[in-house]
Amino acid sequence: MRFLLQRTAFYLFTAWAAITLNFFIPRLVPGDPVQSLISRNQGRISADAIESLRVLFGLDANENVWEQYLHYWGQLLHGDLGLSFTFFPAPVSTVIGDSLPWTVGLVGITTIISFLLGTALGVGAGWRRGSWVDGLLPATTFLSSIPYFWLGLVAIALFAGPGSFFPSSGGYEPGLVPAFDQYFIPSAIQHSILPAATILVSSMSGWILSMRNMMVTVSSEDYITVAHAKGLSERRVALSYAARNALLPNVSGFALSLGFIVGGTLLVEIVFSYPGLGYQLFQAVGAKDYPLMQGIFLIITISVLVANLLADVAYLLLDPRTRKS
Amino acid sequence: MTISPSSIEQVIPGQGAMAQPSAAPGRAKRRQFRFIANAKAATGLVILGIYCLFAVIGPWVAPYNPDARSGDVLQAPSLRHWFGTTHLGQDIFSQILVGARSVMVVGLVAGVLATVLSILIGVTAGYIGGAADEGLSALSNVFLVIPALPLIIIVTSIVEQASDTLVALIIGCTSWAWGARVLRAQTLSLRRRDYVEAARATGERTWRIILFEILPNLTAIIASGFVGTVIFAVMSEITLAFIGISSISSWNWGTILFWAQGQQALAQGAWWWFVPAGLAIALLGTALALINFGIDEFVSPRLRSAGRTRIRTADGRTVRMRVGFTPVLAPTPSVPTPRAATTREDVVR
Repeated sequence: MRFLLQRTAFYLFTAWAAITLNFFIPRLVPGDPVQSLISRNQGRISADAIESLRVLFGLDANENVWEQYLHYWGQLLHGDLGLSFTFFPAPVSTVIGDSLPWTVGLVGITTIISFLLGTALGVGAGWRRGSWVDGLLPATTFLSSIPYFWLGLVAIALFAGPGSFFPSSGGYEPGLVPAFDQYFIPSAIQHSILPAATILVSSMSGWILSMRNMMVTVSSEDYITVAHAKGLSERRVALSYAARNALLPNVSGFALSLGFIVGGTLLVEIVFSYPGLGYQLFQAVGAKDYPLMQGIFLIITISVLVANLLADVAYLLLDPRTRKS
Repeated sequence: MTISPSSIEQVIPGQGAMAQPSAAPGRAKRRQFRFIANAKAATGLVILGIYCLFAVIGPWVAPYNPDARSGDVLQAPSLRHWFGTTHLGQDIFSQILVGARSVMVVGLVAGVLATVLSILIGVTAGYIGGAADEGLSALSNVFLVIPALPLIIIVTSIVEQASDTLVALIIGCTSWAWGARVLRAQTLSLRRRDYVEAARATGERTWRIILFEILPNLTAIIASGFVGTVIFAVMSEITLAFIGISSISSWNWGTILFWAQGQQALAQGAWWWFVPAGLAIALLGTALALINFGIDEFVSPRLRSAGRTRIRTADGRTVRMRVGFTPVLAPTPSVPTPRAATTREDVVR
């Protein structure tokens, strides 16, 4: 319990750091982005919206930085992330709310599958060290060195195209309305297979390798020798003795590298024009839509923190030693 | 301290005394090149060397000016244009050669910066301990958990047309955390070793202990952290160029992919436009990863892929060698084979 409280405190601190970072970044933007937006949309912006954008960019000359900071927090706690420039009168929170489920569905599920599958394969590769499996390791290195987005491009070139089962872009059939019904769900799944496979292929090999190395290290421990000497079956020694212990560092490694993985997988969305946060971020960058960019960064960071907390809970369940103290 | 002959004799029977007279220079030489003797590391280093060579001479040996347009629009690879041409008739082979420099420079600069930061923060936190350690590890954990790539994208997008140097600085400043964490953990374990205690007891200054006692023992970790950061920096730079954030006037492989994507190279079937750049990135990444494996296996020999682990025993069964296990090769222990007898005799003698 103490462990969990400590971790939670740390994540709250990180969230605070990310929000503060988010507060300062727009203050580096040269010029007055709000003014240019106002002049572009003459008379269509309400006074409230202008006020909220000015707070976001720190353009209110009457406040000092500290007051601006408090004001920013107040706005944030009301869920107000400002207005999106590209999707003009829509607030950033609505735009993000629309795309978040897509990212959680694609990136979240694929990352977990990739971890589980990679770990399982790593157990096999580590236990059978010195067999033909070792010959495959360089191939997995090559796969993990390929940028996600390039693999996506190749996948589109090879598998998608006119008349193919796999669509090359989008999250669902254009004519459908997002809903949980028999038309939309299959279409969404069909659109997600290719991006998911891309992420899986290039992210899995890292887990295979780290799990293999942990298995190799663990399998020379004395308790493994004892388990063998007791005459336990090979399978039992491999899974309940070696893999059980080799798993722990891999789980904590998973928690720590979530930030890296999520950053990389968001790019796959860009290539497939998948309507998630990554694609939204790409569009926001292209249109210099600063409020949307910051909102997305904030949401990604907070999602990663929540995922980290969940990984910590999983670690707690797996490692009895953390529960004892 | 002249106990070496006897101790070698104990470890490797029958070798110590014979090898003694001329052993010193030969052994030293072998130790020097032991890292390169690892096949993975050697392959990685050779490929990396070729990339570095192209980074230096690329712009001079490129057959065309990468910006020059020509009449050969969207041509498949041929003898005149090895990797084909773009929609403006630019030679893609030249673009890749010229782009190598930017990729390598950003990778190295960001790698060096991140490594220096990680040494400063990680080793200080590990060695000094206490409140400074708490603060510095919290800082590095925060940087570790915050998704680096979105942060890099946002910071870079604020700067108009960021140059290579700036991109390298931004990447270096955001990607040091992993190295710092690993270094801190290792420093913590080194700090209480006897030789460090001895140095402290003889009155060596703190900076001297850190620089001369602890840092040399962190070399492998620092090197692998550096290689890892270079991989990450190269990927990030290419990603930034691919999204179109960093300057698109200078060439790197991401820029090529940016134009290929923007001009619908896929829909036009122009595979040669994006395949070479992607393979170049993947090969560089593989080379760096292989060097990292080499370092890992150098430090912890257990990770090496063992050669042949299936061995035929005398009675025709096969036994799989396993770490920590000694397969019994002889069918029955009561009838020692001649081979076993001689070795035992050797040991006794």
